[in-house]
Amino acid sequence: MTANGINVAAALSVVAYIVLAPFVGGLLAGIDRRISARMQGRFGPPLLQPFYDVLKLLEKEPVTVNRGQDFYVACCLIFMMVTGALFFAGMSLLLVIFTLTTASVFLVVAAYSSNSPYAQVGAERELLQMMAYEPMVLIAAVGLYLVSGRSFGISDIIGSPAVGVVYLPGIFIGFLFILTIKLRKSPFDLSMSHHAHQELVKGLTTEFSGKTLAILEISHWYENVFLLGFVFLFFANGTPLMAVVGVAVCLIAYFLEVFIDNVNARMKWQFALNSSWIVALVFGATNMMVVYFASVSGWGVQ
Amino acid sequence: MPYITKSPWIIHYDGSSCNGCDIEVLACLTPMYDVERFGIINTGNPKHADIFLVTGSVNEQNISVIKQIYEQMPRPKVVVAVGICATSGGVFRECYNIMGGIDTVIPVDVYVPGCAARPEAIIDGVVKGLGVLAEKRGRLPAELAEEAAARRAAEREDDDPEAVMTFEVSEDAGDGKGGA
Repeated sequence: MTANGINVAAALSVVAYIVLAPFVGGLLAGIDRRISARMQGRFGPPLLQPFYDVLKLLEKEPVTVNRGQDFYVACCLIFMMVTGALFFAGMSLLLVIFTLTTASVFLVVAAYSSNSPYAQVGAERELLQMMAYEPMVLIAAVGLYLVSGRSFGISDIIGSPAVGVVYLPGIFIGFLFILTIKLRKSPFDLSMSHHAHQELVKGLTTEFSGKTLAILEISHWYENVFLLGFVFLFFANGTPLMAVVGVAVCLIAYFLEVFIDNVNARMKWQFALNSSWIVALVFGATNMMVVYFASVSGWGVQ
Repeated sequence: MPYITKSPWIIHYDGSSCNGCDIEVLACLTPMYDVERFGIINTGNPKHADIFLVTGSVNEQNISVIKQIYEQMPRPKVVVAVGICATSGGVFRECYNIMGGIDTVIPVDVYVPGCAARPEAIIDGVVKGLGVLAEKRGRLPAELAEEAAARRAAEREDDDPEAVMTFEVSEDAGDGKGGA
């Protein structure tokens, strides 16, 4: 494919992400609520319930604590869209991770900007959660870099003939572990939680209402699609077969997270921090070192 | 049909209930009745809620709490008084510390009598509340526009040069109100 061809494909996938991700994310959220209900022996809401919720929030009276709050939440959405756009454009994985962190930081700032103690404790917990998952995300990026011919470029990672998960099983397990934090599932839904779960009233989102909450929900849908895209990276090797396998694994991973959400109680933040760092160290760092030494001694990938 | 009728989020507050009605409210969430079928979620956060379910009567100590929860809810909002105590004060009506039903403090849209109100009756009350919500939703844009106009008018009054001058004069007079 020519450089121009790649650019057209990248532009198309960016547009597809910006337009379709909210629908896919919302639908996934609907499936999540339906499956959760069935796991609890209930019938559950309609599949399109997340869309009804967001449309309802958009038609509520606008109430904000201060002027900055809406701006910060809007920035969270914009940076989340940029994160996904960079990802689906095949740009550098490191850039994508840093943009994702920026989006999360804007969310934390939005929560801090209100003087509500619930929102502030929620914001502090969100920072702790970021501390918990960030090492594993970076290890995952380094792992994919090592097996894709020493490149952080996402198009290179997808295009490289090596199937990531074969060399990076530990890193993949570690990534699934922190995915629970990122998807805000029990036992790690400390800062805010979904469905009818309550913690610190509503944690991070206590002071958001109406349109602000709707924007946050939409940015969460964008984030979920991006995160599943990250899972996909471990399986992609440029062939259609592995692409199908990758999408299937993404859906299985999502189902697994819903299952974990339903069979776990919420844990304390100490557990979230300790366990995710231990997992990052034991599974992630070990796997990374093995792949690194294998590659320098010449019997690994490339 | 407005989307608010498809996704009514509820906040539940126990005034001075005996917990009979509270247990029936919670029963609505169980697999037996599963109100999430209608998109109903029990939020616990007044800023996310559309329907305010109050059980039990109002006493001297929770007047401010009920008012605060009600005021924190963004419009359109509906109040459902669940149980006979919330409706009229019930058997506690004559007590020295009881004000009476919820409508002595905030406007109530739907009354669900019963001791304790059955889950079916509570769900029916909430569904009746949806009609009121839809109606209030229809009126909301006009209300908001009216308030914005009133606010703008008040701001114009603040910008009135005469008002500024009187303030400056009083400041010069040094009556202790200046500064800040």
